[in-house]
Amino acid sequence: MDILGSFALLLAFLAAVYAVLAGIAGIITRRTLLTKSARNAGMAVFVLVTIAVACLEYFFFTNDFSIVYVVEHSNRALPGFYKFAALWAGQEGSLLFWSWLLSIYAFLVLFLNRKRHPELMPYVGVVLAGVQTFFLTLNNFVATPFRVLAGPDNAGVMHLAKMSEGHGLTPLLQYPEMVIHPPMLYLGYTGFSVPFAFALAALLGRYPGEKWIHITRRWTMIAWCFQSIGILLGAHWAYAMLGWGGYWAWDPVENASLLPWITGTAFLHSVMMQEKRGMMKIWNVWLVFTTFMLCILGTMLTRSGVVSSVHAFAQSSIGSWFVGFLIITFVVCFAAYWKNRDYLRSDNQLDSLVSRESSFLFNNLILLAACFAVLWGTLFPVLSEWVQGSKISVGAPFFNKVNVPIALFLLLLTGVGPLLAWRKTSFDALRRNFAWPFAGGVLAGIIGFIWGFRDIYSLLCLILGVFVTLTIASEFFRGARVISARDGTNIFTSMGELTMRNTRRYGGYVVHFGMVLIFIGIAGTPFNKDLQKEMGVGESLRIGPYTILCQTFDHIETNNYTSQRATLEVFKNGKSAMMLFPERRLFRASQITETMVAIQSSPLRDLYVVYAGESPDSGKPVIHAYLLPLIKWIWFGGIVVVLGTGLALLPNRRTALVLRPATERSWAGTLAESTPAIGAVARRVEGHD
Amino acid sequence: MNARHKFLIGSGIIIATLLALAYVGFTQSKTYYHTITELSTLQGASRHQRMRVSGNVRAGSIEHVSNRVDFVLTEQGRDLPVSYVGRDPLPDTFKDGAQALVEGKILPDNHFEAEQVQAKCASKYEAAPVGTTPAAPQPGQTSTGAAGRPSGN
Repeated sequence: MDILGSFALLLAFLAAVYAVLAGIAGIITRRTLLTKSARNAGMAVFVLVTIAVACLEYFFFTNDFSIVYVVEHSNRALPGFYKFAALWAGQEGSLLFWSWLLSIYAFLVLFLNRKRHPELMPYVGVVLAGVQTFFLTLNNFVATPFRVLAGPDNAGVMHLAKMSEGHGLTPLLQYPEMVIHPPMLYLGYTGFSVPFAFALAALLGRYPGEKWIHITRRWTMIAWCFQSIGILLGAHWAYAMLGWGGYWAWDPVENASLLPWITGTAFLHSVMMQEKRGMMKIWNVWLVFTTFMLCILGTMLTRSGVVSSVHAFAQSSIGSWFVGFLIITFVVCFAAYWKNRDYLRSDNQLDSLVSRESSFLFNNLILLAACFAVLWGTLFPVLSEWVQGSKISVGAPFFNKVNVPIALFLLLLTGVGPLLAWRKTSFDALRRNFAWPFAGGVLAGIIGFIWGFRDIYSLLCLILGVFVTLTIASEFFRGARVISARDGTNIFTSMGELTMRNTRRYGGYVVHFGMVLIFIGIAGTPFNKDLQKEMGVGESLRIGPYTILCQTFDHIETNNYTSQRATLEVFKNGKSAMMLFPERRLFRASQITETMVAIQSSPLRDLYVVYAGESPDSGKPVIHAYLLPLIKWIWFGGIVVVLGTGLALLPNRRTALVLRPATERSWAGTLAESTPAIGAVARRVEGHD
Repeated sequence: MNARHKFLIGSGIIIATLLALAYVGFTQSKTYYHTITELSTLQGASRHQRMRVSGNVRAGSIEHVSNRVDFVLTEQGRDLPVSYVGRDPLPDTFKDGAQALVEGKILPDNHFEAEQVQAKCASKYEAAPVGTTPAAPQPGQTSTGAAGRPSGN
């Protein structure tokens, strides 16, 4: 089976190479047969990589410990769900998994567009096949998943070997959330190849600018959505499982996943400028190129160990392959841009600072500033070593100092942007649109200040959050009121109708609202409290409105682990509210310790209790309790963002066609052809966007 | 002054502000990386820098004293006594023999005062250290995550 798997991978590699070469030949010679053949080869890659993945999974499920990768990541007792997920637990398997997801996207893109855009698709096929060729090179020649165990006998002759048991999957990964996190992120990373391919293809083929954006809009949103889910799952896992009370540490690998998300967000917004006003063409093309390159950089940072992070201390040579691919990609992109740059001339200019274009420009500016800051901070140790010889790293204060003001400004733009008109907004319109939301925001700020919110950033976040929410609400309300007056339906039905007529716009507003919730959740951070105390039986700890009483503590033994556990009773304002059981587990096989955090989560705050250890003198448990306000808003906001994206992906409900019968055949039948429209067709308008 | 100029001026102000913030944040958090061997050669101003040092925890050296944890890091034969004075619990992966990264400063008596400790064994994404053969099961080798972040990515 390993031979089947390896062979399938090799064939996939050859198919990808063929797709590139035949595709290029088809474009140059304009022979559709070559183009079709190239497309079929591109689709065949998916089938072949699927076979390879199936082979590897087969080894996991049959406990075949003659394969090195299976030995390293599985054992007999591992539940089936985790055996499946062990596929992406290590370097070789996760690269195979990456290739597989990429091939799924490529297959879908080629298949769904097989009868459309015949001038563009050949180029798209070549670019996608090129990217696939790189990853398949890694799969076949650099990080092969099907290596077999072999050892020398006494005479020095190598023989195939087989273990009776594997090392098992690290317990830290044996959680459903941790299993889903990499696939989501990979779907995001690989998904950004699609808009990249279309952008490069459109540039190379000099295809009409707005059409390629229109085609890729949904693909970009899908990739962005997966990336968002992946990032939030990682943050939630870190929060719930690692016991330090936080969810984001500006670790290089975390930053690596954030970078393409930032440029992807900028891209999703700036394309609207190109669609509506033919502006920013060069910018958009480079933005999507950069997003793709950041995806490659991201996976390189994670795998190569070039920047020290809690994820990786050691060095690996695979980084040089990624650097090589990045250089090739950049050269190709730049060459394509240079050759065709006159085709990217803007149709229009910026007319006024008080316009939607301006808000998009500022949106892009600060998102790129954030991206640059995070990239700079992440790569600083590498750069400083080159320049100065000493490795200097920067920590959370740097990232927070720059990104918090950026985030707040972004929040402001989120409220202001949609209410500004294209080209120029009149002063009257400004006053009308902003008066109430602005007043509401300021009012919320005053209430917050009186209530004790003194941290300036949190206060600003509150004011802006309320401001944005009110602008979103006013958008829904005003549109719905028009429909309601015309159709006589109630306001909520009208809101539904309004949304379905322009899902992209109103789905986008829902996403904005989700981001507001996330920001408010993050704004609770300055008000975190924590307390650590040794607590024997009967001792208690007070934090906020809670009193935590240690009722008992004990040791548990199971066949996987031994555990130290505390049984705590929590009183709120004097009344017994709940029981919490924080634990500290030691897994026998791997000798790994894991903290089982006890969290009681409510919309207002999370009570987060950690069994920090046993006091070395008295043997009493050391309990570390945290009070973390508003954390739940982050996860809830994340769900709203995903739902909003789903909404925005839905096709618009078309307005009704009113048809009159084409009866006018009295003049020489030609009238039917020359009559442009049969009856009154209400054109589907993309809203007053 | 047309809109384009106004935009450029606005951008300039924003970028200047961010650069100022970045500079302040940088100076507040910049941390130099040194090996234990280098530490003894540091003099003057560079001794007062905030720094990170990595090494392996010498087996048996971990001691929990009243408000801190003392241990010894070794690398290439040289030792560094460390005291961890931070509030957060030590990461789960911190134990004898673990590879650790400490962040803090060096005291005049050549003792290192650490405010942060990260500990880790080689993740599965990295090549196995030289000298281990796949045939020998390595219990310690399969762990991940220090102040612990997932290796999955």
